[in-house]
Amino acid sequence: MHNKSVAHLVQGLREKQFSSVEVTRCFLDRIAARDSQYNSFISVDETSALAAAKAADKQLAGGDAATLTGIPIAHKDIFCTDGMRTSCGSRMLDNFVPPYDATLIQRFKRDGAVILGKTNMDEFAMGSSNENSFYGPVKNPWNTDLVPGGSSGGSAAAVAALLAPAATGTDTGGSIRQPAAFCGITGLKPTYGRVSRLGMVAFASSLDQAGPMAHSAEDCALLLNTMAGLDPLDSTSSEMPVEDYRARLDNSLEGLRIGLPREYFGDGLDKATGECINVALKELEAQGATLVDVSLPHSQLTIPTYYIIAPAEASTNLSRFDGVRYGHRCDNPTDLHDLYTRTREEGFGDEVKRRILVGTYALSAGYYDAYYKKAQQVRRLIKQDFMDCFEQVDIIAGPTTPGPAFALGAKSDDPIAMYLEDVYTLAVNLAGLPGMSVPAGFVDNKPVGLQLIGRHFDEARLLNVSHRYQQATDWHLQHPAGGQS
Amino acid sequence: MQWETVIGLEVHLQLATNSKIFSGSPTTFGAQPNTQASAVDLAMPGMLPVLNELAVRYAVKFGLGIGAEIGMRSVFDRKNYFYPDLPKGYQISQFEAPIVGRGSFEILMEDGSIREIGITRAHLEEDAGKSLHEDFHGQTGIDLNRAGTPLLEIVSEPDIRNAAEAVAYLKTLHRLVTYLGISDGNMAEGSMRCDVNISLRPVGSETLGTRAEIKNVNSFRFVEKAIHHEIDRQADILEDGGEVVQETRLYDADRDETRSMRSKEVANDYRYFPEPDLLPIVIDDAYVEEIRSGLPELPAEKHHRFTEQYGLGNYDANVLSDSRSLADYYEAVVADCGDAKIAANWVQVELLGQLNRSDLDIEDSPVSAANLGGLIQRILDNSISGKIAKQVFEGMCQGEGSADEIIEARGLKQVSDSGALEIMVDEVISGNAAQVAQYLAADEAKRKKLVGFFVGQVMKLSKGQANPQMVNQLLAKKLV
Amino acid sequence: MVVNMSIEQDEIEKIAELARIHISGEQIGQVTQRITEILQMVDQLQAVDTRDIEPMANPLDATQRLRTDEVTESDRREAFQAIAPAVEDGLYLVPKVID
Repeated sequence: MHNKSVAHLVQGLREKQFSSVEVTRCFLDRIAARDSQYNSFISVDETSALAAAKAADKQLAGGDAATLTGIPIAHKDIFCTDGMRTSCGSRMLDNFVPPYDATLIQRFKRDGAVILGKTNMDEFAMGSSNENSFYGPVKNPWNTDLVPGGSSGGSAAAVAALLAPAATGTDTGGSIRQPAAFCGITGLKPTYGRVSRLGMVAFASSLDQAGPMAHSAEDCALLLNTMAGLDPLDSTSSEMPVEDYRARLDNSLEGLRIGLPREYFGDGLDKATGECINVALKELEAQGATLVDVSLPHSQLTIPTYYIIAPAEASTNLSRFDGVRYGHRCDNPTDLHDLYTRTREEGFGDEVKRRILVGTYALSAGYYDAYYKKAQQVRRLIKQDFMDCFEQVDIIAGPTTPGPAFALGAKSDDPIAMYLEDVYTLAVNLAGLPGMSVPAGFVDNKPVGLQLIGRHFDEARLLNVSHRYQQATDWHLQHPAGGQS
Repeated sequence: MQWETVIGLEVHLQLATNSKIFSGSPTTFGAQPNTQASAVDLAMPGMLPVLNELAVRYAVKFGLGIGAEIGMRSVFDRKNYFYPDLPKGYQISQFEAPIVGRGSFEILMEDGSIREIGITRAHLEEDAGKSLHEDFHGQTGIDLNRAGTPLLEIVSEPDIRNAAEAVAYLKTLHRLVTYLGISDGNMAEGSMRCDVNISLRPVGSETLGTRAEIKNVNSFRFVEKAIHHEIDRQADILEDGGEVVQETRLYDADRDETRSMRSKEVANDYRYFPEPDLLPIVIDDAYVEEIRSGLPELPAEKHHRFTEQYGLGNYDANVLSDSRSLADYYEAVVADCGDAKIAANWVQVELLGQLNRSDLDIEDSPVSAANLGGLIQRILDNSISGKIAKQVFEGMCQGEGSADEIIEARGLKQVSDSGALEIMVDEVISGNAAQVAQYLAADEAKRKKLVGFFVGQVMKLSKGQANPQMVNQLLAKKLV
Repeated sequence: MVVNMSIEQDEIEKIAELARIHISGEQIGQVTQRITEILQMVDQLQAVDTRDIEPMANPLDATQRLRTDEVTESDRREAFQAIAPAVEDGLYLVPKVID
């Protein structure tokens, strides 16, 4: 049961092959038995999960089931869950039990899904290795000496290790796609504004976007159908109509034009990874797509641009954590200043502090024009690069990451080296485009991800291309040895 | 040395919306602490702002009311600083692209002169919560009910030269915003709060001196006192050859002094940047025109019309256009009685006096405009004298009904029956022989004074109901 | 504008004060070092010609939706204050604020 896709589980539940309580119990048992190896969950509430499963079974029996009724889903611990701790991987929120659900959680509840648990993550979603969690690092199920990627590392590892059939993640600079690539699963970052950000703890408001992480494109489509749509309580949420993301999955790729940005295939790309990507592209070509050489000339500016905008927004988004209304508060503050500075010193980890300081600096008097404003201008140039490409091609393809998963600890003392991990993913967030990572082979038993980038709101096409690719390959069906049985 | 005072005012106006600017919480004043603070107002993790349309509409209304440029594309920014009454650690405000640009309005000084004061800009922002310093074991209590209440910050040019002008500016502004219906203007509840920027310079100098900012002065009287006090303080410093320090000062009404708030000055770097949780507010001409077409007659226009149409002086026109409801009341009285001047007198002296004594607003007046108009009609048609009219008015205040009803019920109708009056006049003449002799002996000038005695006696006899004009005529005929 | 790439320790202290984060004496050196590296990395942007380029705050260049002025929230003080570190009489408590 644990290696079934969400689509199969939905079908099995409808056909009464098994109950939601059985499915939920199965995954809860696997988490209990195995997650000590991976540390992919921060919180699991068996009682409420089983209660929700029981309620789902009643609905299924009554024949009024919604699209995901009875399906257990793991949620990144960045989404506020009513009555269930939402830590965001931080000591700051270690004791935070929100009295409200994020819109995304409400939508999953509306469609009948069961909350399986809350997954580990880099603190406040800042990181590319999941080593920045207050709850300790997550291990890659393919090799527990490796990082799972970040910041949605817990969600990626949980799905890869078959501890959850599917999960949610968030992606500010690659945080869904990079861990999906490292863990050999399928992950989609939708267009900015496609999924509500309400109740999702903010990192960088103009970049953050939630998306599905699952075994297949088909499952991602199923989850996105639940997640996507206008939320009047999020001003940045889009009014663009939502389509049924499964409807076009099987469309032919005949005539599809795929752009290959030469900047994504340069010196920085690991050779073996590049070969996997080329093989994958050949498959798409074999299905009738045309490969087109394109250029994204401002690519080398994406890292500096991102590392101004994201920290700047984060530095003020995280000001609300002051020890007054919720979350961590230092013991016996001597005065207001002590309350603030010690609460925040104790509550935030090193990388979070670093980004708050960089962001504060970039916004401070005398530097705003040179840093933040400049970055927002370059951001427009970066977006324009993509717009120009999409004049010639339908989607853009390349590697998700410069190489496969690296060893735990290998880059944790070198922030810049860590930032370079996101070189192929950041631009998608800056431009607000949808992007996917799809399993495309292995290098030394380490998964490799193929990244697909689409026009704004063209998620259905990305899912279509991924699905067709997955019909012809079985990379997405392979599971780490420890996850079998 | 002779100093010239230069003053600019920043007014924080609470807009009269039902819900907050970025959340659906109520804005009612005086609720139990933190019962009107929603997850958005408390800056709970993941919460996001959504802009209230009415706040935008009110800001545009204000802009049109002062003939300002309207920001067709305005932007919210974050103003970052830590303070316990500011839950997000930033205030959402407008910095580079405010919704209202340059405008101006005229203020009327007590001597009747008119000054034009420029408005630099007005922008939308959210209010902060309140810190309560009563003793909670030496701690401060935070109430966030007010956090997120919509504010329009109205920034004047440094066009104001003294305390009287500052007060006139604030009164005119207060009148304007209540006319527009965009604020309840309740100063006691903090609906209009004022920061005063003030500096001195030698008379004739064109350059501005170093200014001090006096925060949060919340009544017209305190504005006046704080300015006087601050002028003295700065003049003393300058006369002694010292330099004014640019700083924020707090007016302490209890001690009638301003004092430095140096604690707030430490490294103020607000790190403004565009609020990424909100998008640019783009409004179109149709929206602005729709608002423009719904604007009421503004106080300055009404004032002007009152002087033209009713022949009122500046002072009367000013009093009677003080609020829309008073002006409406006055005009209803005029419409009923047809005499604008007498109506102006009655409304200002009797009605406002009565309202003042019983601490009532015009909306709660016990005397309706129709009744007051009816009363004046009876004066004009000589049914009653002015003196009797005051009795009738008192009856109206007691709720005894219309003028005719009260005159009828109390039997106050003026006696104009010449037969009845003649009997009374004869009685007075025959009963006061000494005075009659004195009168007849006096010359023309003296007689004019002495006749008053006889009139008074007749009035007394008639319980005030005799028609004084007819009494005079009869006396003139009989005292020969 | 040309920005000086290196940042002094006292400047980091000023920034940390603005951000209300205490940094201990033994950490300040390393923090300064790391932030200097990051600022050097982002400094590449200074070379880009961005004349006449409108800054992009939102990737979709969308505009703000407006909400009808309606009260939609009810009193949830009890639920919110149940998770607060220090409350009394419905107020959040902080160390004495001195103006």
